[in-house]
Amino acid sequence: MKHAMQVTVTTRTRASTVAGSVALGLIGLGLILPAFASRSLIQDLFFILTMLTLAQLWNLIAGYGGMVSVGQQAFVGIGAYAMFAGVILLGWDPVFAILLGGIAAFLLAIPMAFFAFRLQGAYFAIGTWVIAEVTRLIIAQWKTLGGGTGTSLPREATADIIGVATIANLFDLRDAAARDVLAYWLALALAVGTMAAIYALLRSRNGLALAALRDNDNAARSVGVDAGRLKWLVFLAAAAMTGLVGALIYMQTARISPDAAFSVTSWTAYVIFIVVIGGIGRLEGPILGVLVFWGLQTAFSDYGSWYLLALGLIAIAVMLFARGGFGA
Amino acid sequence: MLETHSLTASYGQFKALFGIDITVAPGECVAIIGANGAGKTTLLRSISGVLRNAPGMVVHKGTPIGTLPADAVVQRGIAMVPEGRKLFPSLSVEENLLIGGQVRRGDARWTLETVYALFPILKERRLSPATALSGGQQQMVAIGRALMSNPELLLCDEISLGLAPVVIRDIYAALPRIRETGAAVVIVEQDITRALAVADRVYCLMEGRVTLTGPTASTTRDAVHAAYFGDAA
Amino acid sequence: MIWLDTLVQGLLLGGLYALFAAGLSLVFGIMRLVNLAHGDLIVLAAFVVLVVVEATGLNPFLSALIAAPALFAFGWALQWFVFNRVLGKDILPPLLVTFGLSIALQNGMLEVFSADSQRIRVGALESASVDLGLVTVGIMPLLTFASAVAVIFTLNQIFYRTALGRAFRATSDDPVTASLMGINPRSVFAVATGLAMVIVTIAALYLGMRSNFDPSIGPARLIFAFEAVIIGALARFGAR
Repeated sequence: MKHAMQVTVTTRTRASTVAGSVALGLIGLGLILPAFASRSLIQDLFFILTMLTLAQLWNLIAGYGGMVSVGQQAFVGIGAYAMFAGVILLGWDPVFAILLGGIAAFLLAIPMAFFAFRLQGAYFAIGTWVIAEVTRLIIAQWKTLGGGTGTSLPREATADIIGVATIANLFDLRDAAARDVLAYWLALALAVGTMAAIYALLRSRNGLALAALRDNDNAARSVGVDAGRLKWLVFLAAAAMTGLVGALIYMQTARISPDAAFSVTSWTAYVIFIVVIGGIGRLEGPILGVLVFWGLQTAFSDYGSWYLLALGLIAIAVMLFARGGFGA
Repeated sequence: MLETHSLTASYGQFKALFGIDITVAPGECVAIIGANGAGKTTLLRSISGVLRNAPGMVVHKGTPIGTLPADAVVQRGIAMVPEGRKLFPSLSVEENLLIGGQVRRGDARWTLETVYALFPILKERRLSPATALSGGQQQMVAIGRALMSNPELLLCDEISLGLAPVVIRDIYAALPRIRETGAAVVIVEQDITRALAVADRVYCLMEGRVTLTGPTASTTRDAVHAAYFGDAA
Repeated sequence: MIWLDTLVQGLLLGGLYALFAAGLSLVFGIMRLVNLAHGDLIVLAAFVVLVVVEATGLNPFLSALIAAPALFAFGWALQWFVFNRVLGKDILPPLLVTFGLSIALQNGMLEVFSADSQRIRVGALESASVDLGLVTVGIMPLLTFASAVAVIFTLNQIFYRTALGRAFRATSDDPVTASLMGINPRSVFAVATGLAMVIVTIAALYLGMRSNFDPSIGPARLIFAFEAVIIGALARFGAR
């Protein structure tokens, strides 16, 4: 882990220039892809991109920052619900309401950090989980948004989302497919933006500080890193981004329930699996991990709980026998 | 009884020992001296099994024990008084002694009674938390704790470190009585005068190598000085 | 007297949570391992007790007595073969392993026992109660509470009166120095997790007799256990 860290921080070699050009090429390809890709490919890519973003964010706080949160579903859920509230209660356009998701997650992260940062080491993990559960229970009481059973985005809101008509004309698509394209573009933007931001953070002085923070809190403090401030910053930023992703995911599905939006399996277990499989504490880890995960998901998710059982066992095996993940 | 053969040890990239050969005969008292960072503590940690080595690097009674974990080494009769005493803060004085006797070998030469006879003050303080004692008393607990396993070889790491001279004298006064039981003793010591006074033989370490060895009786202070600071090289 | 009733019922329910918490804090105290699968292990133990009840037709208490050694062995093996390999300075690997175990256990149980809710039946005892004058309390809650007190008392005795407890405390203080005393920290850890599983069995017995359970309720039990640990820590802090 430490080794990979040094590589990302210190080198700007020809290899990284090549990698940079390839990345730019892929982003360009990603942008124009809806012109010729099928709707199901776009939906698959939407899934991959959103999971990738969630995984990068978890990797940032846990892999780099050493804060092992098992409560990321709180931010996905609150972000999604804030977006629904913006659309249903305020009549906002869903695309703009996504921003509310980021804000809501940010606001939730403040008390969460205040509480969880006081917990010693590993109890932090359960602390974040508790807060996620409590948030789920509270949201399930919100009757206007469907209470425990959930609700859907109203038809009139989904009908004229900004940009959908333009996309429909541009690619000659039906509205539903055009909505998927819009969601896909937003997911692409979030994924690229998140990775660029994390990359920039790791290359900055703060990135080194973050590594010092994970490896040894006290040592980091003694060399003048303001550990507390940096932890807060990273945790809140990751929470806000996770909230945006949550809101986007539920704009695409257009149907929400507390159990799904606050699911520990979907938004934390899968995400941790992706990071562990790909290699924790490495920027490229989640990219590899999400592809492996997507492959497994497509091939085996019909097996239901056998599939999840296998995912759990694979994650354990990776931690036991190949600590660095398959990417190492 | 105990031999090391080209013993090497390292902490990650940092190599601490470069091929150490020492021997300890039954009942003998051997002093290991050297400056800070010479590798004295590393040597004891290697013998006691805290650090693992290649099997043949440490040989006890003809058996290679270099790869044995510390708990298996104690069971062979090699006990250690670790640097900095390392008493268990959650345990009382008596419990610290008892846990040393968790592994009891052969006849019970050392029991709570005999340890208390050796260090009477400990009997008075037996129910106190171990870390509530003074430095010298804590060192006595650490020695007593190691003795409780009835060792044939006692490894003492810097038992005078940080203690007042009068306290050091008290602790060293116990050494002859420990040797009376037939146990061999290896003492690691920075206080050269003290070490040469009690030991039969001496090894001087510098930067992970043995720079001087011989019986203390025929070792001159000049030779030690040269070996210690490297003037001879 | 409703407030008194609520208070007493709450206090008795606290006994169940204390049982949930005891195993979690035992393991944490000795090896600084937070087991995210703790709740799922409680549910697993409840299913094991249920299976023994159904297979032998014995009373649930006797069945738990039969299940306990098996679950001790399971805990011992889990520690020896899995957790011991990931314990270290980095807290991430053990957390991820126990989280993976949580997911694996939940879904494994779902396949084996289905999603149906189950209950360990104890007949008349379920609804029996005693009138204490001011309040009426159920026998079951009372038994749970008494068992929690007994478990905590026994643990305390083990910790402060036995050689095993001494080894637990010494290993918790400093595993390296403990190994110089001839203690193998890994085997102490394994015994500790085995013991935690025995406590988990007792917790599971009462969980299963007092309410329905199914494979999905583990995480919520973990959270109750955690809350009990926090409240316990706060209470101790306040008492000083």
